[in-house]
Amino acid sequence: MAQFNRDSSQQWRLLKDKLVRYGVMLGGISVIAAIVLIFFYLVFVVWPLFESPTSEVVAAYQMPGTTSNSSKTLHLSLDERGDIGGRITTSGEVVFFHTKDGSVITRQQLPSASKISSVAVGELGKNLLALGMDDGQTLLLKIRYVVSYPNDLRTVTPELEFPYGEEPLEIVPSGSAIEQIAFRDSEEMLTIVTSTKGGVQIARFTKESSMLDDEVTLEKSSSEYASSLKVAFILLDPDQKRLYLAEHSGAVEVLSIGDLDNIEKVETINVLSSDAKLTSFDFLLGGISIIAGSDQGELSQWFSVRDKDHNYLLTKIRSFDTDKTAVTTLAMESRRKGFISGDRQGNITIFHATAQRTVMSMKVSEHPLTKIVSSPRADFVFAEDAAGKGYFWHVSNHHPEISWGALWGKVQYEGYDDKRYIWQSSSASNDFEPKFSLMPLAFGTLKAAFYAMLFAVPMSILGAIYTAYFMAPRMRQWVKPTIEIMEALPTVILGFLAGLWLAPLMESHLPGVFSVLLILPIGILITSFLWWKLPSSIRRRVPDGWEAVILIPVIIGLVWFSFTLSLPMEEAFFGGDMRSWMYNEFGIGFDQRNSLVIGLAMGFAVIPTIFSITEDAIFSVPKHLTLGSLALGATPWQTLIRVVILTASPGIFSAVMIGLGRAVGETMIVLMATGNTPVMDFSVFEGMRTLAANIAVEMPESEVDSSHYRILFLAALVLLSFTFVVNTLAEIVRHRLRKKYSSL
Amino acid sequence: MKNWYRSGAPLIWLNAGAVSASLIMVVSLIGLIAYQGLGHFWPKTVMSYQYSETATAPTERLIAEIHDDEWVSKEQLKQSQPELTFKEDSIQRLLLKTGNRDSGGLDFRWIIASHIKSTERPKDVMVLERQEWGNFYGFLKEVREGENLVASSDKNNLWPELTRRLGRVHEIRSEIDGIEKDEIGRINYHIEKLRLQDRALELKGVATGSAPYHKIEAERQVLEKQYQQYQQRLVDLYKLISRDSLKAEIMDGTQITIPLSQIVRAFRPNAMSIPQKIGFYIEKLWEFASTEPREANTEGGIFPAIFGTVMMVILMAIIVTPFGVVAAVYLREYAPQGFVTRLIRIAVNNLAGVPSIVYGVFGLGFFVYFLGGSIDQLFYAEAAPAPTFGTPGILWSSLTLAILTVPVVIVATEEGLSRIPSSIREGSLALGATKAETLWRTVLPMASPAMMTGLILAVARAAGEVAPLMLVGVVKLAPTLPLDGNWPFLHLDRKFMHLGFHIYDVGFQSPNVEASRPLVFATALLLVAIIIVLNLAAIAIRNRLREKYKSLEQ
Repeated sequence: MAQFNRDSSQQWRLLKDKLVRYGVMLGGISVIAAIVLIFFYLVFVVWPLFESPTSEVVAAYQMPGTTSNSSKTLHLSLDERGDIGGRITTSGEVVFFHTKDGSVITRQQLPSASKISSVAVGELGKNLLALGMDDGQTLLLKIRYVVSYPNDLRTVTPELEFPYGEEPLEIVPSGSAIEQIAFRDSEEMLTIVTSTKGGVQIARFTKESSMLDDEVTLEKSSSEYASSLKVAFILLDPDQKRLYLAEHSGAVEVLSIGDLDNIEKVETINVLSSDAKLTSFDFLLGGISIIAGSDQGELSQWFSVRDKDHNYLLTKIRSFDTDKTAVTTLAMESRRKGFISGDRQGNITIFHATAQRTVMSMKVSEHPLTKIVSSPRADFVFAEDAAGKGYFWHVSNHHPEISWGALWGKVQYEGYDDKRYIWQSSSASNDFEPKFSLMPLAFGTLKAAFYAMLFAVPMSILGAIYTAYFMAPRMRQWVKPTIEIMEALPTVILGFLAGLWLAPLMESHLPGVFSVLLILPIGILITSFLWWKLPSSIRRRVPDGWEAVILIPVIIGLVWFSFTLSLPMEEAFFGGDMRSWMYNEFGIGFDQRNSLVIGLAMGFAVIPTIFSITEDAIFSVPKHLTLGSLALGATPWQTLIRVVILTASPGIFSAVMIGLGRAVGETMIVLMATGNTPVMDFSVFEGMRTLAANIAVEMPESEVDSSHYRILFLAALVLLSFTFVVNTLAEIVRHRLRKKYSSL
Repeated sequence: MKNWYRSGAPLIWLNAGAVSASLIMVVSLIGLIAYQGLGHFWPKTVMSYQYSETATAPTERLIAEIHDDEWVSKEQLKQSQPELTFKEDSIQRLLLKTGNRDSGGLDFRWIIASHIKSTERPKDVMVLERQEWGNFYGFLKEVREGENLVASSDKNNLWPELTRRLGRVHEIRSEIDGIEKDEIGRINYHIEKLRLQDRALELKGVATGSAPYHKIEAERQVLEKQYQQYQQRLVDLYKLISRDSLKAEIMDGTQITIPLSQIVRAFRPNAMSIPQKIGFYIEKLWEFASTEPREANTEGGIFPAIFGTVMMVILMAIIVTPFGVVAAVYLREYAPQGFVTRLIRIAVNNLAGVPSIVYGVFGLGFFVYFLGGSIDQLFYAEAAPAPTFGTPGILWSSLTLAILTVPVVIVATEEGLSRIPSSIREGSLALGATKAETLWRTVLPMASPAMMTGLILAVARAAGEVAPLMLVGVVKLAPTLPLDGNWPFLHLDRKFMHLGFHIYDVGFQSPNVEASRPLVFATALLLVAIIIVLNLAAIAIRNRLREKYKSLEQ
């Protein structure tokens, strides 16, 4: 029995041993896995940015509601989720259908009996249309997809609405057929522009709401313009001030119609280079850029740019690659700066304007495409071909705005005169063009790190050399913990002091700050010389290795001295105000929270890191090397330079690398002590925005899984990889050094 | 001279200068924070100036504390105030805190020192700290109970009367606070819980109107009734608290009526003796540490921030210690010591150098959106679309900081393990102990001070870290603490306040930076003190440990 007991307890002990072994292994490996997970999770989030988009056909069918061959599609629309499509035909019929199979939901005849000759889209995504009839009448029509939840089931009901009444508006007095139409509607006014054989008619309705009730009365004013062009396209900008008339030859007339009594021609320009025929001409989202396509495959983006004489002239910004296939139709994405072209060979190609990127291309038909529409979320595309067949495709294209050029290159954004590096990720308006250039942020990061290192490297290395090699051991016992405390100080406190105390102080004592840089080294050298000259009876009282203590009052005195002199110096040399003096003499601007402040504050944070590692490397240089050198008659200084530093140099290098890693990733100091403006200016007196601070500022407001969100993750991944590589390098160097020491 | 140069002395002295400068920077930085932070609570003398801005301007009376003092050049002054002309090159300016934001608009004002006509220290000047509008400076004239005058400046009982009545107001206020925060907070919490239970039943498909719904409804009725009672009591209390008021004269001579319910504290700094001032100082210091902030965090205390920081750090320590120690034990005692292990060791070492914001990004994406979102879908469907765990909170903050600090614990523990001589392990094994027993009975106890060092360093790092927390759970003002009297007492999904973030928020996002600056310094001092104490403790333990192992090895 006893035997059995002992056996079982033995077994239990062994089992326990095994359990502990596996438990510890599991725990240890899982901790290490968790650490690795950070890297992989960041990659996992960033990955979709660079994934190529995919597409698949959902359905293809004869265009729904086709009865007579004579009625052509003039306009297509899709509801929010792409479940329901709407189609307006030349015969004045509106057909709503299920996109997944082409079955008709409703068909409605518009109130006017006339044939429709042209349809204009006002603001993208609003579904407000102007229909031009062949008897000169105009009808405004809004397509609404009303969502309701009867029995918890999402149901979409398409509806037609006539915001300006079912009665058509008379724009063209003579009753001649409208060929082209364009319009814009805003809170204040509605402008409709039509073209007939006789010329171009502009009608403007100013809205006046009466004081008593909410009723709006329209005040009409109109004008005519005799264009020299055979107008094939009309575009009106959202401000209702600029009118673009284009003909098939590619000639475009730009008119200023702010004042209808005084229509001014701004310029005439040809948007095509060759004898090609202009086949499509339409606004990109926002109504600033125009995309022009031709039958020889030219596809280009244009917008007004200010020239030297401050005139805004239509300028070609960039062109897109189409493989020389004739563009037959264009469709605009309604929430981002993307557009879709259909060509003669039946291909749909999706482009992104800002990124100048051909996102994807798919062959949907054998016939030329005549009409394309993209769903509001840009996840479905519906296209009609010349044979009257409809094609419904699903597109998975989440990040078209990302390309190498958009992230790292100079880009000409809408409203800018030239190509620039700009980071501006969000704005209040919906049709804003996001500017995702990482250059200003990367530049800011390196700039901040550079100024910090400029201050920290000399301070910490010199300090470490002295502490490790010259300092008396008793003093060293005190210095090392102090530096460790310095390392532990939270950066939020350094940032707060830098932003609220140091920055104003430096601003008001600018000459003092610069004189400290000059006076301190000179003062220390003079102190050293005077000490040398002192009678040795006094010198002996302070043993070697305590020089630093003597210097403490000297340095405090010198700093105090230069700050007291700051104001008189400013009076004497800089006309009383150094900041305006700098600006007037050299054109150097001054931010209160600038790189100088960052250099000092972040330098302060980096000094202890570099100091500790350097000190360690120098202190552990084997004693017999230094003793040998001293025995051969070298002075301590010579020994230091020729033997110690040389041996420890890999350690110093790795210290600097680790310090650099810390400076690059530091967040709070930069966030608090700079203005956080993403400028690309190397001036000491300007601020910057770093990658890390940018993440801290923008991450909480970023929409999950948006391009912005993923780019911020990309920034984090860049920081992680950079510091990891730098630190690993440093670690390997240190490891080798330690081996070398042990072999010496 | 040549000898001096050749000896290398000038360069040695330059090196020494770098050390001295670093030391001066550290010490003066801590000194600055301590001076600014501690000085704030001392009752400052309130001065009365006769002042005229320019030679022609009428003389006005200013009653204020001196807040700052600086010399500027005449040209710089000209840019901001072109109407002034001076003979001197540099001019002394004083920044006065005149308070009374409700009547003057601004509570700070720069004046030219040389334009002061006369200075006085009025003994009876009164300072009021108020619930709103910042400090009030003026002379007490009357105390009223409703419409009745109970004390006025011709009688002597003015100040004692005010103090007595303020005491009453404070008693009522603490009862109001008790009801509003604890009782009504509790009722609201339970009503919300009931709403969620209700919704959960609905989601489960329990028919409406069945028994469980009635039970919930009955409970709700009880709570509503309690709520009505408390509400009635509050109405009564508010009537009581607004009974008294005072009338005081401000610097431009007008008299202003202030209800006593608005007043947090009233004192006459110029009439205080030194012991009184010390008493006042201690009282203010205690208020700072123990009460909640007022007026968009620019006044009052920082208790929720202290509590939030401590809470978060404790949670983090609970998570990080076992994992860090197990990982270190694995790396040192179990893993085969080869290339891979060395690689892992280097990687772990380097993680300490990865920018903290990266951990914040990871925490937000992985913990909050991915893990939290999944938890919400699985267990908190009834609360949708409002997120429970799928939003930043204290649990995710502690987890993120645990990942951030785990390398610190691993490195420290490993160092401790590596210092234990192998003879001790071998001895234990030779006596027949298994490896697990050796670990548990001899190795780990001997390494425990090292683990302690690692934990302390991790806690110090976590307490000072702000950047990742901004993404995963810190807010500027949390209505409730993560720990309270409502079951399950510890609310891991709640957001919390943090000392470091408080510094950032109040110092940089606050509407009145000048007024809140002393408070920021005080907060910074507290944070720095905590971190220095923790670090010194870690250093002390480490040094003792080294001594101990030195003797072991001999």
